[in-house]
Amino acid sequence: MSASTSSVELHPGPAKDLAVARSLGRRRHRTNLIVKTLCVTATALGLLLLASILFTLLWNGFGGLSLSVFTNTTKPPGSNGGLLNAIVGTLIQTGIGTLIGTPIGLMVGTYLAEYGGHSALSNAVRFVSDVLLSAPSILIGLFIYQLAVEPFGGFSGIAGCLALAVLVIPIVVRTTEDMLRLIPSSLREAAIGLGAPKWKVIVLICYRAAKDGIVTGILLAIARIAGETAPLLFTSLGNLNWSVSLGAPMASLPVTIYQYAGSAFEDWVQLAWVGALLITVGVLALNIAARVALRGRS
Amino acid sequence: MQQAIALSAPRETRRQQHFGDPIFAVLATLSGIFVLLLMGSLILSLFIGGLPAFRRFGIGFLFSAEWDPVHEAFGAAVSVYGTLLTATLALLFAVPISFGIAFYLTELAPSWLRRPVGTAIELLAAVPSIIYGMWGFFIIVPIMSQYVEPTLIDTFDGIPVLEDLFAGPPFGTGLFTAAMVLAVMVIPFIAATMRDVFETVPAVFKESAYGVGCTTWEVMRSIVLPYTRVSVVGGIMLGLGRALGETMAVTFVIGNSDNISGSLFSSGNTIASIVALEFPESPAGSLKLASLLALGFILFVISFIVLAISRTLLRPRLKV
Repeated sequence: MSASTSSVELHPGPAKDLAVARSLGRRRHRTNLIVKTLCVTATALGLLLLASILFTLLWNGFGGLSLSVFTNTTKPPGSNGGLLNAIVGTLIQTGIGTLIGTPIGLMVGTYLAEYGGHSALSNAVRFVSDVLLSAPSILIGLFIYQLAVEPFGGFSGIAGCLALAVLVIPIVVRTTEDMLRLIPSSLREAAIGLGAPKWKVIVLICYRAAKDGIVTGILLAIARIAGETAPLLFTSLGNLNWSVSLGAPMASLPVTIYQYAGSAFEDWVQLAWVGALLITVGVLALNIAARVALRGRS
Repeated sequence: MQQAIALSAPRETRRQQHFGDPIFAVLATLSGIFVLLLMGSLILSLFIGGLPAFRRFGIGFLFSAEWDPVHEAFGAAVSVYGTLLTATLALLFAVPISFGIAFYLTELAPSWLRRPVGTAIELLAAVPSIIYGMWGFFIIVPIMSQYVEPTLIDTFDGIPVLEDLFAGPPFGTGLFTAAMVLAVMVIPFIAATMRDVFETVPAVFKESAYGVGCTTWEVMRSIVLPYTRVSVVGGIMLGLGRALGETMAVTFVIGNSDNISGSLFSSGNTIASIVALEFPESPAGSLKLASLLALGFILFVISFIVLAISRTLLRPRLKV
């Protein structure tokens, strides 16, 4: 007790002088208030930015929204073109990209959660998958260009699908692994106790229990690739004519937006805004759906 | 006969099961190996594609500021400079704001507000990069050229170093604007990571600090930040990794020129933006295409290092 008293007395200000203590307290609370205000401002700024983006899109895109956007293909400036081929192209490439990437991602996630443990191989896979998750998507485009465009002599829809599939894999890996790890081992043990082989336990028990989480991952992956532009520039290239052939260059909303937004024609810029509105609404809706799917579970 | 069928059925299933397990295990392991091969071939394809440029220009490719398609002289210096400068500048803006958001979300916001605000910030990360490009080009660029840049030029006029940094005609496009748009794009990533990291601090630590009379800020500064320092840096590195490779948004607002100028308001380019822009004019097999692929390889190496550091710092605290 005496020791602590003496240490307080060694302290110069507060304990002795009430005025000093008060001013110190005031200063501390003032600093606190300033920091708090700055933090609220930062958050408000973040929300304001989101609002500004959404408002800009609605303001510029909503006016151009009409039926012809969905029924007409892209046409030369001034002839009432639409975005039909771009929308269909995006749906095709996103769909096939997801179909290719999801099973692979699912299996990798399964490997990491159920088989790999913390072996050197699984640590390496986890590391590479994590890096791939944040790697610049334009490089994926260059990679697929080298792999599937140059050797086959031309840009093609299928190359675009492949580029998007590469982007899907790490997203699905991450959510699948996380979700499988959340499943209580008692569930697995119960199934194994009944004599089920491991693969049946995984497919029939674990996948089913982790379904919501895995679906969330897939939805997030779709949302991510639907808005990707850079990897498509070098693979499916974009196409101003109607084409659903996977062997030919294929249009997509983001690439069309990119081509139109920089053009000098007013109706093209208008269509770019409409496309931007459509893609953003779609992507944000998918994100919110994914969150709702997951929340229903937890 | 009847008996034989009854006996053979379970044996059959057992045999199927016997085969099912190794097949599934091999399939899963092969998928894992496939991911490694994917990354390996990505690096290799960029390197091999860029080899003609590396051979022709040697190590000088990295330091040459030339980009002259007519004379086939290419160098990486301008775009590497632009990439590093815009990404670093973006972090300068983004880190304090992200910290503020994370601090607000973990300590200040009333609990009913945390989820909606957190979701809104996360949605900011989901907006496609091309949308940021359009928004930047049509909204931010005019604001920069009319208000921000003239003000900054006037403010720093006559102050030695800053005068040169904030000089030149305020076009609105350029390195500075690109950094601003990049900052907006990486804020949600950094903020979300910081929030998740802050939430790992045991409540007891914070409660004891509050108990001895600390203010909220003092708890943040003396308890939460020291506890999470390493992971916070990891989160910032994650943002840096994102900023380095961002393509579409930057392409819209950076102004695209092949020169290095001291001013932040001058136009420039980044590796990603020059690849996106010059690619259509680079026929297969040309030295220009090889130079672009070599740039891609350089970008890959830079982002790989940054992301690897980020992951190493984050992994112990978060399961990222």
